[in-house]
Amino acid sequence: MAVLELKDVTFKYQLAKETILENISFSIEKGEFVALVGRNGVGKTTLCSIMRGLIPTFHTGTMSGQVLLNGLDIGEMSIGDLALHIGFVFQNPFVQVSGVKQTVFEEVAYGLENLGVKRSEIIRRVEEMLHQLNIEHLRSKHPMQLSGGQSQRVALASVLVMDPEILIIDEPTSQLDPQGTEEVFETIRLLKERKKTIILVEHKVDWVAEYADRVIVIDDKHIVKDASASEVFSDPMILETGNNLPQVALLALRLLELGKVDFNKIPTTLDEAVEQLKGRADNGGN
Amino acid sequence: MEAIKFEHVSFAYEHGFVAVDDISFNIQSGEKVAIIGQNGAGKTTTVKMMNGLLRPKSGEITVFGDDASKKTTATLSKKVGYVFQNPGDQIFNQTVYNEIAYSLKYLKMDKTEVERRVNSAAAMCYLSDELQTNPYDLPFSIRKFVTIASVVAMNVDVVILDEPTAGQDLLGLLHQKEIIEQLHQMGKTVVTISHDMEFVIDNFDRIIVMADKKIVGDANKREIFWDFELLDKAALKQPVVSQLAKRLELKRNIINIVDFVSEYEK
Repeated sequence: MAVLELKDVTFKYQLAKETILENISFSIEKGEFVALVGRNGVGKTTLCSIMRGLIPTFHTGTMSGQVLLNGLDIGEMSIGDLALHIGFVFQNPFVQVSGVKQTVFEEVAYGLENLGVKRSEIIRRVEEMLHQLNIEHLRSKHPMQLSGGQSQRVALASVLVMDPEILIIDEPTSQLDPQGTEEVFETIRLLKERKKTIILVEHKVDWVAEYADRVIVIDDKHIVKDASASEVFSDPMILETGNNLPQVALLALRLLELGKVDFNKIPTTLDEAVEQLKGRADNGGN
Repeated sequence: MEAIKFEHVSFAYEHGFVAVDDISFNIQSGEKVAIIGQNGAGKTTTVKMMNGLLRPKSGEITVFGDDASKKTTATLSKKVGYVFQNPGDQIFNQTVYNEIAYSLKYLKMDKTEVERRVNSAAAMCYLSDELQTNPYDLPFSIRKFVTIASVVAMNVDVVILDEPTAGQDLLGLLHQKEIIEQLHQMGKTVVTISHDMEFVIDNFDRIIVMADKKIVGDANKREIFWDFELLDKAALKQPVVSQLAKRLELKRNIINIVDFVSEYEK
């Protein structure tokens, strides 16, 4: 059974003239890693708010259609109940930080404290999370005095530590250096191994192509493509939706266009590109 | 002429934490330079010293030949404009127009001149249709362009962009490329911090690499991205196309699709 299912969802913000999303339907299975891509302003964050049940109650507007969590309509669940199932990592980490805690350690522990988890258990889980995201050295720092990259990792830790079954992560790497980005994707891979369901909004398509199972492309209010990462990112049409393709796919398309190389399939990951181009450099151009 | 010169510059925060340790470099007027390196390497601290937002603990900074330590931040800011990493640290007016006009009005500039400058900066930053919008009603990615326009309107000689690529989509990156190109055409010096290696390669030739509070590399991009010892030290990776070239044992120094294709054409 699908963990999360959207059935024909259409939404218009209260003061907006037009709908932002129309007829959105998809279902996500337990343990799937799905990336949402689309140009800025297309409604990706809005879609996240719909899946979290914040729309239409907290952010008001007109919504039709249905969102089901484990088969139950989330319209009939409280935000508090939903939050136990769905964790959300904010796009802007400076907005997520609680503002009531003095250290990173306490900030990461905040959610568990509110759930009344046992002290020793909180300490164990926070320690594990600080270690996993490589932020142990920040434990005593003030959460409001972190750099963008540090703050983004603390924001991620504060949600992962709650161990929700579904994680919605909105551009978690925008301020991170390449190594930090890799660590976040490796953390997501680890979560996937633990059968967590992950929904990620991300512009860095090279990374998405390497890690995600499935990609949903949104353009002009609608889902325009919903397929495996490998299928989506080998389709040059994606460029017309305001999204980039992975560098290896762009390169392959260029070589194809110039008649240099034939590809069985446009590669979307580095390994695929190596495999397809290996040994062909010598006769390229013939 | 030298726009910016650092000689043995170090910086320590009040509680003693050293963020930049003995760095020296020159940036010529009209040059485009990218600064790359890990979070916490000292990149933002370095650029904030260029216009006096932060002052060095030791060493000398020269801005267009003047000793920066003898100039106020306000004076330096007329020559060197810094676009903040987080737009929220910079924006505080109710409309995009007022935000871009703020510093100009503060300098008691003539009203028609203010209008002219705001309109031209807005046009350059793709904001002409948003002048009456509240900046906080704009998405984060567009808000970044408001902060760039504010600095462009000041007509500074040096424009510093601190992670302009964060959160940008394909079109946003294209717009930034065009802004950087226009500033360059106008003879401005452009210094950009970015984690997006493809963007850096696409827009800059000279790259300064920082790691652990120091400058560990300062060279052309084709050298930087094939210097494995350097990349390792700075915890950076080659761009994907270079990684592919390396695994296919092609010629060194391939850093983008154009390079790769022309090597393949041989």
